[in-house]
Amino acid sequence: MLPTDPAKKLSFNRRIMDGDLVIAYERYDSMKPVKVSENGVLQNRFGVFKHSDWIGKPFGSKVFSSKGGFIYLLAPTPELWTLVLSHRTQILYIADISFVVTYLEIVPGCVVLESGTGSGSLTTSLARAVAPNGHVYTFDFHEQRAASAREDFERTGLSSLVTVGVRDIQGEGFPDEFLGRADSVFLDLPQPWLAIPSAAKMLQQDGVLCSFSPCIEQVQRSCETLKSHFTDIRTFEVLLHTYEVREGNLGNWQDSDGGSASLKTSKKRMR
Amino acid sequence: MSTMKSEETLGGSQNPRITWEGCSVLLDINDGDRVLFARLTAGSKIKIGNKNCSLQPLIGCPFGSSFQVEVGEDGPFLSRVNRSTEDNNLGEKVDCQIMEECRDNRSIVDNNTAQSLTGEDIDDMRRKGATGDEIVEALIANSATFLKKTAFSQEKYRIKKQKKYAPRVLLRRPVTRSICEAYFKKHADKVGFLRVDTLSLLLSFANVTANSDVLVVDMLNGLITGAVAERLGGTGYVCNTYCGNTPYSINIVRMFNFSDETCKRIVHSSLAELQPSNGGTSTSIHQLEDAYNNRSQENKEILSPSTAVDLVGMEESDDGNIQTVNNLAASPKTVKSIKPGEKAPPEAIKSWKENGFSSLIIAAPELDAWSIVKELVPLLSYSAPFVIYHQYLQPLATCMHNLQTQKMAISLQITEPWLREYQVLPSRTHPHMQMSSSGGYLLSGIRIASSDNPQPK
Ligand SMILES: C[S@@+](CC[C@H](N)C(=O)[O-])C[C@H]1O[C@@H](n2cnc3c(N)ncnc32)[C@H](O)[C@@H]1O
Repeated sequence: MLPTDPAKKLSFNRRIMDGDLVIAYERYDSMKPVKVSENGVLQNRFGVFKHSDWIGKPFGSKVFSSKGGFIYLLAPTPELWTLVLSHRTQILYIADISFVVTYLEIVPGCVVLESGTGSGSLTTSLARAVAPNGHVYTFDFHEQRAASAREDFERTGLSSLVTVGVRDIQGEGFPDEFLGRADSVFLDLPQPWLAIPSAAKMLQQDGVLCSFSPCIEQVQRSCETLKSHFTDIRTFEVLLHTYEVREGNLGNWQDSDGGSASLKTSKKRMR
Repeated sequence: MSTMKSEETLGGSQNPRITWEGCSVLLDINDGDRVLFARLTAGSKIKIGNKNCSLQPLIGCPFGSSFQVEVGEDGPFLSRVNRSTEDNNLGEKVDCQIMEECRDNRSIVDNNTAQSLTGEDIDDMRRKGATGDEIVEALIANSATFLKKTAFSQEKYRIKKQKKYAPRVLLRRPVTRSICEAYFKKHADKVGFLRVDTLSLLLSFANVTANSDVLVVDMLNGLITGAVAERLGGTGYVCNTYCGNTPYSINIVRMFNFSDETCKRIVHSSLAELQPSNGGTSTSIHQLEDAYNNRSQENKEILSPSTAVDLVGMEESDDGNIQTVNNLAASPKTVKSIKPGEKAPPEAIKSWKENGFSSLIIAAPELDAWSIVKELVPLLSYSAPFVIYHQYLQPLATCMHNLQTQKMAISLQITEPWLREYQVLPSRTHPHMQMSSSGGYLLSGIRIASSDNPQPK
C-alpha cells in the first residue's frame, strides 16, 4: 500500500501484477478489496471479471466483465482501506483519523502505541504516518481480532511497520519495554481512564496522548484522570458533511404550471 | 488530546524535544493572548507588556516549558516556572465553590478606590525583589472588594492581575498542528482560513507519506508545503507549482525546524516545466538543466529579500497578532546551507514526467479551481488521489462536475469539515463557541487511466 518499495510505487508505468491488492471500485459506496491471481475471478452484479484481463493494465483502469459491465481497479490507500475492510468492531473514519494523526504529531520515524486495535482502520493510517522507519505497536485483548488484524496488515503490506500484541491494556497497561519511548499514544477503549496512567509512563516528555470515546461520560472520566498526568488537555468533536453535486434544470417560474415544478438541490449527508 | 508534562529526563544534543541555539520556537504568551514565532539566539529578545526580555534562558529547555517574567537587578528576565498539573485543577476548585455559592455581586461598587496599592507601591515592591506572584498576592490582599466577589470573579481578577504582573510564556514546538492553530487563531487570512482539521484532511486525502512525490499549489504562504514536508521526513518531494514566473512565497516553512534533508525535498517548478514538452526529450532535459543553473542563482537574489520583507511586515502588527522575532530568515548563525524551496532538480522533473506525481493538493483560495485542476490532474499517476481546498462550495461543485463529465476522475466527493471544541469539567461540560462558521470545503478524488490508453506500451 505504501511506496516504500520503489518497484511497486504508483507510476504511469506501473502495471497490475499477479499478487497485487487492488480495490475493485463499482461506485463510491460499493468497493471491494481483491488479491489479483492469474486464475482468479471477481463476480458481482455487473458480471464475471477475469483477473487475467487485469494483469498488465495500469492501476486506475476501467475493466469489463463478460456481460460488458465495468469497474475500476484502484491502488489501495488507507482511505480506501477504511471503506472496504471487514468490520470486526466499530471503526474510526477519515475525519477522526486525520485529526488524530495531526494532533498526535506523528512524523516518519515515530514510535506510536495504540489500543485497542479493533479492525485496524486507524492503525493503517498510523502506519502510513510513521513510515518508513518508525513503528506502530498496537494491542487488543481479543485474540481473534488481533490475529485478523495481523492478517490484514500482511495483506496491505504494512506488517514491517506494525506489530500487533494481545494484551489487556486496561488491566495491565502497556508493556514496560516502551517506558519513556513512545512519541504518541492512542486509546480507543471502553474505559480509557484505566489505561491513562500507563500511557503517561510510556510517553517521552512533550509526547501526546489522544483518547477517542463516543460518549461524553467517558470523556469526562478520562479528563479527570488526565489531569494528574498531563497538561494542555483539550476535547474536540469532529464531523464531516458530504455534499453531492447533480446536474439538473431549474424551470422558469413563468413557464411553470403551478405545482408541477420539482426542486433539485445538492443534498447534505452526514456520517 | 493532551500533552505529557515535561520532565527533564532526556539529554543529548540532537533531541528535537529540547530547544537548541538557532531553533525556531512558538511562544504562547498568557494562555494564547499573544502567539509569536521566534528564533532562539543569544541576542534575540521579546517584548512583553513594556518589558524587553532576552530569549537566552529558553535555550536548552524542553518544549512545553513555561516561563514567567521577573524583574531582577539587570532588568526584566524570563524565569522558568514549574508547569504543574495543578493548573488543571484551578477551574475545578472554583467549580466546587460555585455549587455552594452564596455571595453575589450586589454590593460591589466599581469606583476605582477598591485597590489601595498604588503604582508606586508596586514599583517599590519590584525594586525590593518581589516576584510577580507576590505582587499579585499583594494586590489581592489590598483589594477592598476581593472578598465580596463571587468565586468566579475572584478567579477572573487573579488571572487578570497575573497576566499583567506575572505574564507567562509557554514554549511550544513548531509543528504542523501548533503552527496551523496559531495562524488560524491570529492571522487566518494569511493561511486562507484553513483550519487544522481541514489541513489534516488534506494530508489524508492526498495520501501523503514517505517516498511520495506530492504536487501542490500552495498559496497559503507555505503552510501546506511545510505540512507535507513534515510527513515526507526527508524522502520524496513536495513540489510547489505555479503559473508564470514567480513561485509562491513559502515563508511559513521557515518556522518548522526542518533538517537539511527535508529542506532539499521542498522544491518549486513552473507549470510549463512540468507539462509534457512537444520536442524531443533529450533537448528538453538540456534546456531544463540550463534553466536550472540560471534560475537557482536568480533565486538567491530575488527570493530572499522578499521573504524577509514579509516577515518584517508581520512583526509590525501590534494588535496581539502572530509576530516573528529577529527575522527567522536572516539570522546569521542559522543560515542553512540548504534552503527550502529551491528549483526542482532536472532529474526530479524528468522522473515526474515519466512516472507522474503520487498525489496533488491545491489550496488557491483566490483562483478558479477548475482552471488549475484541468492542468494538473493529467500530471498525476493513474489511480493517484488529489484534493482541492476552497473557502467556497461553488467553485468545487463546478470542478467536480467537469471532472465527472470529462471522465478524468472517480471517487469524487465534496466534504465540509466541522470542528467543535468542548470544555470538559465536572458538571460544567459544554461546547465552546463554534470555532469558526466554516473551515471551508474539500473536493477529493482519484485520477483514472485515460481510456484511450488502456494497453501497456
Ligand atoms: C472500537 S474498537 C477500536 C477500533 C479501532 N480504533 C479502529 O479504527 O478499527 C475497540 C477495541 O478495543 C478492544 N479492547 C477493549 N478492552 C480492551 C482492553 N482492556 N485491552 C485491550 N483491548 C481492549 C476491543 O477488543 C476492540 O477491538
